[in-house]
Amino acid sequence: MTDVSRQDAQRDEVRAAVRQAVSVAVATGLYGVSFGALSVVAGLSLGQTMALSLLMFSGGSQFAFIGVVGAGGTATAAVATAGLLGVRNGLYGPQVAPLLGVHGPRRLLAAQLTIDESTAVGTAHRPGPAARAGFWWTGVGVFVLWNLCTLGGALLGDALGDPRRYGLDAAAAAAFLALVWPRFSGPHGRLARLVGAAAVLAALATTPFLPAGVPVLLAAAIAIVVGMTAPADRDAPDDDERAHAPEEEGRA
Amino acid sequence: MSPTATWIAVLVGAGVVFAIKLVGHLVPEHWLAEPRVARTAALVTVALLSALVAVQAVAHGRELVLDARLPALAVAAVALALRAPFVVVVILAAATAALLRALGMP
Repeated sequence: MTDVSRQDAQRDEVRAAVRQAVSVAVATGLYGVSFGALSVVAGLSLGQTMALSLLMFSGGSQFAFIGVVGAGGTATAAVATAGLLGVRNGLYGPQVAPLLGVHGPRRLLAAQLTIDESTAVGTAHRPGPAARAGFWWTGVGVFVLWNLCTLGGALLGDALGDPRRYGLDAAAAAAFLALVWPRFSGPHGRLARLVGAAAVLAALATTPFLPAGVPVLLAAAIAIVVGMTAPADRDAPDDDERAHAPEEEGRA
Repeated sequence: MSPTATWIAVLVGAGVVFAIKLVGHLVPEHWLAEPRVARTAALVTVALLSALVAVQAVAHGRELVLDARLPALAVAAVALALRAPFVVVVILAAATAALLRALGMP
């Protein structure tokens, strides 16, 4: 491959990552409307609702937080539940930090933008410019749209009525499905499908008995046990763990 | 909860969630040199996202309910199998649930 054609290929990859980032940001941002509306309905003020989207900035944690507050839970319970749901963001850090290679204040920014969507898009592309573009465009895009839509949703509040009427709750499930989908055919695809199935069963089986957020963490515990103990996959590339075929891109 | 208590909870909660994100970024990179750790990190993401799909689709508080979300999720899965773009998948799911609810499904 010549340098010029390699540069062209790289530019195409970056463009694909940006396109993917924008569609993820739009879809996630729209979901922010339902967060804003539900937060106000749960009894939080407009300022508190915006503080959650700007400062906590993690959909799962935010929904868990307003769920506890709305149900009349204590401040401690609300913080604990949000924190437990935020643990997965801590697990994303070791995956994205090597892709970004940032230090100082930009590292603080990268940490704040480390969420399901930015990690999924960033790691779906080859390490280098495409992965970095995927992470930053998704992170910044979701942040801006999530906050604008939170504001819109909070202002609409009661006027919007029940977000379920617009199928926004189903949209959330579909968004998570779209994010996990490419991982079932990527590296460790066979193990990923097994772990995914086990995670679904474990989360559903324990939902009636455990506090909100804990069944999801239980699923993570299963993945840790399987990941550390299962024999090496035969179908996984053993040289480069992050190698992805080009046809995998643009699907998440 | 009083407005002041809610504010404190909002700020402390946001601080905790940010601290967790930051810790993830400060973990030494060589932890990932071990293939088992890289594989585990990838599988943890799969497990969390899969569990979130399940919980978002059928959980209502601590109850499991079958409502318009599940057929909407099935439509999303078909769209994904046909390689539809993300935003199309999400809109199709929302439209399916909205339509089924307009027709009287819970």
